[in-house]
Amino acid sequence: MNMATLFPDGWTQFLAGGLIMGTGVSLLFVMAGIIGGMSSVFTTTLSYVTRAPHFQQQKFVNARSWRLVLAAGLIAGAFAWRIWAAPADGIVTTVPWWRLLAGGVCIGYGARRAGGCTSGHGICGLASLQLPSLIAVLTFLATAMLIAQVAARMLAR
Amino acid sequence: MNAIRLASVFVGGALFGFGLALSTMVQPEVILAFLQWNNFGLLLVLGGAAGVTLLTYRFAPRLLARPLAGGQFNTHVSVMSRDTVIGAAIFGIGWGLSGVCPGPAVASIGVGNWPVLWAMAGMFAGAWIHGSLAKAE
Repeated sequence: MNMATLFPDGWTQFLAGGLIMGTGVSLLFVMAGIIGGMSSVFTTTLSYVTRAPHFQQQKFVNARSWRLVLAAGLIAGAFAWRIWAAPADGIVTTVPWWRLLAGGVCIGYGARRAGGCTSGHGICGLASLQLPSLIAVLTFLATAMLIAQVAARMLAR
Repeated sequence: MNAIRLASVFVGGALFGFGLALSTMVQPEVILAFLQWNNFGLLLVLGGAAGVTLLTYRFAPRLLARPLAGGQFNTHVSVMSRDTVIGAAIFGIGWGLSGVCPGPAVASIGVGNWPVLWAMAGMFAGAWIHGSLAKAE
């Protein structure tokens, strides 16, 4: 094991990106007191269009506007990177649409049932030293690695 | 929420989205390479982000009485339950299948990685299924 094996595309972009992400999450907390990941935005945004009681809980209705602003911020920040540094031919994934769609359904259901995703449990939960978040992270890392490796062997993309 | 808080949320989100794009987390191929143990960069992203955030969560409430733009400091409370474990396991299945998760899915719109909208549509559908089956607390 050496650096080229662990990080075949280099490592500085990962660490720099992670530190900038941490700065963004820190800003949310220092300025507004907010702790939270991204998966809640799906539930809070659905509260605009469905009357089902789960979506109409005060905690979701009260957060739905600022969570959309947060999502808009993510899009704007990613767009700034695109202007600054994206390769000329752009970034377009070759993962097939049905893997994205089916995966997305599992992600939306699972993240809401688990109360968080890679940002909520992974960044905010670990940074709060929450044991349930650590267990959630280890669980989704395990199933994700299993599925990704099985899929890579069984499916010709 | 007042205008200064909303502006802070936008700027914080923008830093988050910029970091996701810079660290190539908006490319499902990079996530899948990590999950197949071919590139461990994701651990640096997660470690870097969680490390900075840990320091902030620790020290900001000691140095400041309240957030600079008003309100109060929230705390993160994760619940240990069957739902947390089962939900995380299902989340992982989706993550391993697609190489996408909620933050990068949203940021992908900004970088123009349009096929990821399939995953975004799936996430809305999955959250809708969850909320329709769940009881309101």
